[in-house]
Amino acid sequence: MTGPSVSSPETLPTPSGDAAAGIGRRISRWFYGRPGIFLLLLLLPPLLWLGIVYVGSLFALLLNSFFAIDPFTGMVKYELTLATWKQLFTLANFDIIMRTVTMAACVTVGAAIIGFPLAHYMARYAGPRIKGLLYLAVMLPLWSSYLVRLYAWKLILAKEGIISWIAAHTGLSWLLDALLALPVIGGPSLSVSYIGMFLVFLYIWLPFMILPIEAALERVPRTVTDASADLGARPGMTFRKVILPLAFPGVVAGSIFTFSLTLGDYIIPGVVGSSRLFIGQAVYLHQGTAGNLPLAAAFSTVPIVIMAAYLMIAKRLGAFNAL
Amino acid sequence: MQAEVRFDHVTCMFGSVIAVDDVTFDIAEGEFFTLLGPSGSGKTTCLRMVAGFQYPTSGHVYIHGKDDTRLPPFERDVNTVFQDYALFPHMSVADNVAYGLMVRGVGKKARRKQAEEMLELVRLGGYGHRRPIELSGGQRQRVALARALINRPRVLLLDEPLGALDQKLREEMQVELKELQREVGITFVFVTHDQTEALSMSDRLAVFNKGRVEQIGTPQEVYDRPLTRFVASFVGASNIVEGPLAERLFGNSQPVSIRPEKIVLSRDGEGIAATIREVNFIGAATRYRIAVDGVEEAALLVTSPNVLTGDNAFAVGTPVRLAWAKGTTQALK
Repeated sequence: MTGPSVSSPETLPTPSGDAAAGIGRRISRWFYGRPGIFLLLLLLPPLLWLGIVYVGSLFALLLNSFFAIDPFTGMVKYELTLATWKQLFTLANFDIIMRTVTMAACVTVGAAIIGFPLAHYMARYAGPRIKGLLYLAVMLPLWSSYLVRLYAWKLILAKEGIISWIAAHTGLSWLLDALLALPVIGGPSLSVSYIGMFLVFLYIWLPFMILPIEAALERVPRTVTDASADLGARPGMTFRKVILPLAFPGVVAGSIFTFSLTLGDYIIPGVVGSSRLFIGQAVYLHQGTAGNLPLAAAFSTVPIVIMAAYLMIAKRLGAFNAL
Repeated sequence: MQAEVRFDHVTCMFGSVIAVDDVTFDIAEGEFFTLLGPSGSGKTTCLRMVAGFQYPTSGHVYIHGKDDTRLPPFERDVNTVFQDYALFPHMSVADNVAYGLMVRGVGKKARRKQAEEMLELVRLGGYGHRRPIELSGGQRQRVALARALINRPRVLLLDEPLGALDQKLREEMQVELKELQREVGITFVFVTHDQTEALSMSDRLAVFNKGRVEQIGTPQEVYDRPLTRFVASFVGASNIVEGPLAERLFGNSQPVSIRPEKIVLSRDGEGIAATIREVNFIGAATRYRIAVDGVEEAALLVTSPNVLTGDNAFAVGTPVRLAWAKGTTQALK
């Protein structure tokens, strides 16, 4: 036979396409028919990370708290015992826990009280321009270094700082002195008092409260609050019966941040406030300086337990009903 | 007779945009009154001014003879069914319905009883313990109705309440709403952009266009006697005959509206000579586009019912005669 053949395989492209250039296409087709495998591939790295690196090490930590340190050698004895846990609940250590939890609770309540009106304004009243500016204002502090902000506050709160200066120039020194004269939460100056520490915590964690509340309020349709007013509810009633319950999951989410971040922080109590320890500092001291890893581990389970209890109570209260 | 709702020279502006432009009309007690118009025509703004969500820029809104122009919504004897139902997602159906009573300080037991009665009324008895999210669109619609009716308002406002429902459910709800209104005897003010809905449900309707009321009347009046071009073309389909065609058909060039179904076609006999240009089978009827002989550039729309089955339609190009009964045409302003 002579002449080109129309049916020759060289001249007619096969419908499935050119093999060499179609690898990506073939992979896509293969995965398209097997979505389960694709999902597994996507989820494998985060699952490994969360499952093994994170949860695994958490359990290792928990396990450590059931060992104890040998008082003579200072070495960890790998025998299961509750001695370390007993030690955790001695008066001094219990004090640390109560101090930290109280501070975390105060910071959370304070952040919610200050954060809610701003979040409410941002979500329901601010125009797009003002809302953008407010977002920026809320997040901007997060862009700068935590330590820089912390030391800035140390200066603000110091005896020679701007707060004392303003108080002196407005004739309000008596108010500041009265505040500092309060038992327990007062002190020689704001920078070495619990009031000062509270202010710093409040400032540092406030964005973590505002943003979730704002997101929750953003999801409340205008017509739902209109309906409440339409049915005869005055603004206060609408707020209590409709806005607050619908924003509550956001408040809980925000409080999880502020509460757990305060519980675990070990830098702020070291820079501002008295020399009394907080949980984070205790963990740091016991595992670092003292080499008492079991006690450090026992300390670090405290915030986990508290948070678990907190979430359970929040669920009981119906915090997640509107989700 | 005293009007239940009265708009007295009401104007509402958003910035420099006039949403409602010097509107005056009355709604009688116990009436099913519809505000009909395309989106942006001002009908919803009018409804919001009755509810109190929007205050007019000028003019007065009277409810049951009292000037309520600037009374906040929670002090008005008026309740609203919202387009998106606006049920409280964190409350049970019963608590949603009883909300108006709770606000008024009615005790828990009485509240529960009345809410259950209200749910019976909208045929949702026994659904009280459910959450709104567990209900279908039609059921949520009824919960919204029950919630708005429980305070026995003077006026019930309905903001396109059937818009989100599918066609069949919509038609059922139209009948149900009408029956409910007769049962409770409350004035209903209904907003819609759907002219069939407006025609089939209303005692009277107001046709809105660009912030103004173009015409108010019973469905028949508005359909048969449209006063303006806009009403003629928005409420039902219409041929607006003008220019040379009007000259040819009516002897003068004043615009006239004639409904497509009022024109009768015949193969021979009396009437104006015309030719079929286009044939369109639409099930219950056949729609023709017809050119009147001698005025080729204008076309008339004619629908004729398919009384017989099979292919009895006129074919394209067929010469026909047009006729209509006296009084079926309407001169327009």
